[in-house]
Amino acid sequence: MINFQYARANDVSDAVRQIAADPGAKFIAGGTNLIDLMKEEVERPTRLIDISRLPLKTVEDTGDGGLRIGALVPNSDLAWNPAIEQRYPLLSSAILAGASAQLRNMASTGGNLLQRTRCYYFYDTATPCNKREPGSGCSAINGVNRMHAVLGTSEACIAVHPSDMCVALAALEAKVHVAGPSGERTIAFADFHRLPGDTPQRDSNLGADEIIVAVELPPRGFAANYSYLKIRDRLSYAFALVSVAAALELDGDSIKDARLALGGVAHKPWRDPEAEAALRGQAANPATFEHAAGVLLRDAKGFAHNTFKIDLAHRTIVRALTQAAKGTPQSQSDKKIR
Amino acid sequence: MAETGTMARPHSDTIPAPAKIPVALIVNGTRKQLKVAPWTTLLDALRDHLDLTGTKKGCDHGQCGACTVLVDGRRVNSCLTLAVMKDGAEVTTIEGLAKDGALHPLQQAFIDHDAFQCGYCTPGQICSAAGMIAEGKAKTPDEIRELMSGNICRCAAYPNIVAAIQQAMGK
Repeated sequence: MINFQYARANDVSDAVRQIAADPGAKFIAGGTNLIDLMKEEVERPTRLIDISRLPLKTVEDTGDGGLRIGALVPNSDLAWNPAIEQRYPLLSSAILAGASAQLRNMASTGGNLLQRTRCYYFYDTATPCNKREPGSGCSAINGVNRMHAVLGTSEACIAVHPSDMCVALAALEAKVHVAGPSGERTIAFADFHRLPGDTPQRDSNLGADEIIVAVELPPRGFAANYSYLKIRDRLSYAFALVSVAAALELDGDSIKDARLALGGVAHKPWRDPEAEAALRGQAANPATFEHAAGVLLRDAKGFAHNTFKIDLAHRTIVRALTQAAKGTPQSQSDKKIR
Repeated sequence: MAETGTMARPHSDTIPAPAKIPVALIVNGTRKQLKVAPWTTLLDALRDHLDLTGTKKGCDHGQCGACTVLVDGRRVNSCLTLAVMKDGAEVTTIEGLAKDGALHPLQQAFIDHDAFQCGYCTPGQICSAAGMIAEGKAKTPDEIRELMSGNICRCAAYPNIVAAIQQAMGK
């Protein structure tokens, strides 16, 4: 780690003032990703502003049937919050599919959104990486790219966003409340993370002088028919090769509404209105699910080592939708996929 | 709105060395006053400043769980925790689990079930299991395995670790 200064923020406006005053500063909350990246000297902030004591740790009803989650609610508390378990079990399941119990105890809601890719070239400061050093090149495109993206890639970057929680938040159409020097604004979840394009150094549309204060869940939780199915190299404590958040609203055997988001395949949680339209109004059966999977993956393009992800994603989508339709969501402790 | 992303890379020697920061920690029930650099992890503060070497440094990147301790009763990776951020917190390490000369039930159970080989991961396993039992979510062996997955044992004593935890849980 390089030398850095440490300061605490007294409140949200103080945090915004402090970050705006020092372009070398970063916020720290749980620190699970940032400290690791600082040890590798991938992140080199000259000042850390500790926001962990700010009063953003509650989960509150919004009044319209939704929930507002404070940015500093730990991942474990969120997963096991009774209102989340009952009304948004897809979110609870996705959180429990990620990281370890220790890390979930530390990691914050806002920090989960801002975690950075685990691309090994991004972590290895001896190799070129456009995300770490813009303009230096992408080592993954012609390198070892088994874990990398198959959707939404660019010539500059094929990294994937590592979060499980964010895949569920995308499917649930959460909103991100942020504060900055000119006040608060709300960002739709689909607009929060970015595709790499020619600016892969920017993971999200959060400004460098802004802070996440809350994540809001709209009223619809799809609690009856959902599944979060994550496929990885070992059964626990590993990043997704492919993950699927599937949520259905059924009328008998017919699909009234559907949400479908993929993790592990793109620079952001991957959703496509056309894939969800291909489910809506159709019978909840394998033919429908196969068709929707094909639509969602129609532009998928593999690289030397990750083409398997396209078939894997197709099958995982069909299985997750089948689990959701049957009302038998994937268990995150008994890992048998039924 | 300023642009996010990689900043110009300052060299350490261009930043003035910060003064050491006073930190109070209640470690295993005893208040300890320290002065640490801001980058000192809780793990290094315990091992190098307080001579509590029971907590182990394995990967130092939050991937192995050997450094697991309880902070305000919750299990965390002390290698990814800055000591300055925990000013005023209660920290329990492996050295703080035995009471009045009697082993903690988890310590006794690990002995009874031979739940280790080299023993390097054991302090982290036991602190993690203590945190897990306090969380109250693990009931079945599958759930124990899942909620202990943040603690790697390269000797692969896993079946005995699960059996030891079950004993300590009174199952």
